[in-house]
Amino acid sequence: MTVARPHLPADGLIVVDDVTVNYDGGAPVLIDVDLTIEPGDLVGVVGPSGSGKSTLLKAMLGTVAPVSGSVRRAPGLAVGLVPQVETIDWNFPVTVAECVGMARARGLRTPWITRSERSEIANVLDRLGLSGLGGRHIRELSGGQQQRVFLARALFTNAQVIFLDEPTSGLDVRTRHDVLHLLDDLNRDGLTIVLTTHDLNGIAAHLPTLVCLNRSVIGAGRPDEVLVPDVLERTYGSPMDVLEHGGMRVVVDAPLEGNVTPLRRTGGGGATA
Amino acid sequence: MSWDELLRPFEFEFFRNGIYVATIAGALCGVVGCYVVLRNMSYIGHGLSHSIFGGYAVAGLAGVNLFLGAGIWGVITALAVGGIVRHRPIGSDAAIGVVTTASFALGLALVQLYGSPGRNADALLFGNVLGVTTSDVWLIVVVALATAAIVFFFYRPLLFTTFDSQVAAATGVRTAWIDALLMVVLSATVLATMNVMGVTLIAATLVVPAVVARMLTDSFGKMLALAAVIGAVSGFVGMNASYHLDVASGPTIVLTAASFFVLAYVAGGRLRRRAGAVGHAH
Repeated sequence: MTVARPHLPADGLIVVDDVTVNYDGGAPVLIDVDLTIEPGDLVGVVGPSGSGKSTLLKAMLGTVAPVSGSVRRAPGLAVGLVPQVETIDWNFPVTVAECVGMARARGLRTPWITRSERSEIANVLDRLGLSGLGGRHIRELSGGQQQRVFLARALFTNAQVIFLDEPTSGLDVRTRHDVLHLLDDLNRDGLTIVLTTHDLNGIAAHLPTLVCLNRSVIGAGRPDEVLVPDVLERTYGSPMDVLEHGGMRVVVDAPLEGNVTPLRRTGGGGATA
Repeated sequence: MSWDELLRPFEFEFFRNGIYVATIAGALCGVVGCYVVLRNMSYIGHGLSHSIFGGYAVAGLAGVNLFLGAGIWGVITALAVGGIVRHRPIGSDAAIGVVTTASFALGLALVQLYGSPGRNADALLFGNVLGVTTSDVWLIVVVALATAAIVFFFYRPLLFTTFDSQVAAATGVRTAWIDALLMVVLSATVLATMNVMGVTLIAATLVVPAVVARMLTDSFGKMLALAAVIGAVSGFVGMNASYHLDVASGPTIVLTAASFFVLAYVAGGRLRRRAGAVGHAH
């Protein structure tokens, strides 16, 4: 993943080049954003509500057109999207297998899931720990299982890049860890993953690469480069302290009391855009 | 009632035509209704049938083909609704209420002033078994076959767009095109069904079988099939009841479907309680 390179590499899967987006001529939601997603990336986009995280995903997916700049995708690139669970209609009549099967919607397809597709779906469900749940209605699953059904649907498109919008919102700590480990596994197998998250300590700090967004890219790099008070304050608009605990960054968004010593302005070299 | 009495109406061609149209229309509306209900578009079906009544009256006055005129009128009102929602701070349900009811009122006024084109107004409003001709049968057959082909070949994009439009668009499904296709299918369904059901009751034919099917299954594929069967049986039984009770076909078909709803509701409650009891036993 690279940011603000003057000459964008040709080998990026998705190249966001100086992109500005607004809705219906309103104030810009994204301003001059540069970002390149390369094969094998696992990137987390963090920022406050209204910072343009979802819009950045939409711009990369091509469902929102920039007013200036361009988004270039590698020719024939297959993408998958895992939506926020809050946007799902849980009363909609789909079984797990139907939900995954609908992903192959392009070109001429049979209405029913073919025999070879059925075994592919079984494999994907196996891989995600959902074996034997194909006939269940999506509402009958636990929160973590529900999240994984939509991940399975994205995988079933044979996507090379998968986008996840707030994949861990509403999940408990353990389930959140499971999802994180699963994404890490998939990434090790070669899947490129881009996700948005509110969760700085539970998710962002564990990802290899972060983009701090507040309409424009405030900082990008490894967690130890960008989870620093300076970048966080400019991203979130309020002072935040950062602790170091067992080699991990821990962001504290409340004033620290007592005898803990926060990291101040450690200045991750080249972390800011 | 003896078998002879039950079978007697089948001697008449008009009744056989009515049965064909009611049964096919029931299955057709059942299938189309699943998409309508799951997209929370029930009100659009209701509005579309009313606005098409206005178009029917206008087309009659203008001397153009009634179905073509009414169909074009339906598309124009749908576009008008979309335009109002985009350009004024008015919700789509309110815009549908204004545009389609105004169109319906225009139709009523024109029919009172100049008489009903083609059929009498009661038949158009409430459906009439007597009004069904052989060309009506062909119309519904063509619309049903075309719809079946569309549902078959576009099953997955239709399902994906109905369930999760944003993700479908993001992964390459042409959702705007699919939405438009569904509106065309819905308009054609309303047009072809109008004679038997009557404009005031078409919405129920779209909604009730789909809702009953939804209560019986959690699978989309099964819901489509069940809704088609429930719609077809309602059409067949309702049309027979219409003849024997001497009541307009629209109400008898809707009441038949509604009785399925009551059955499914009561039976569903029982099943759920039993499932709940099993759940507690764990």
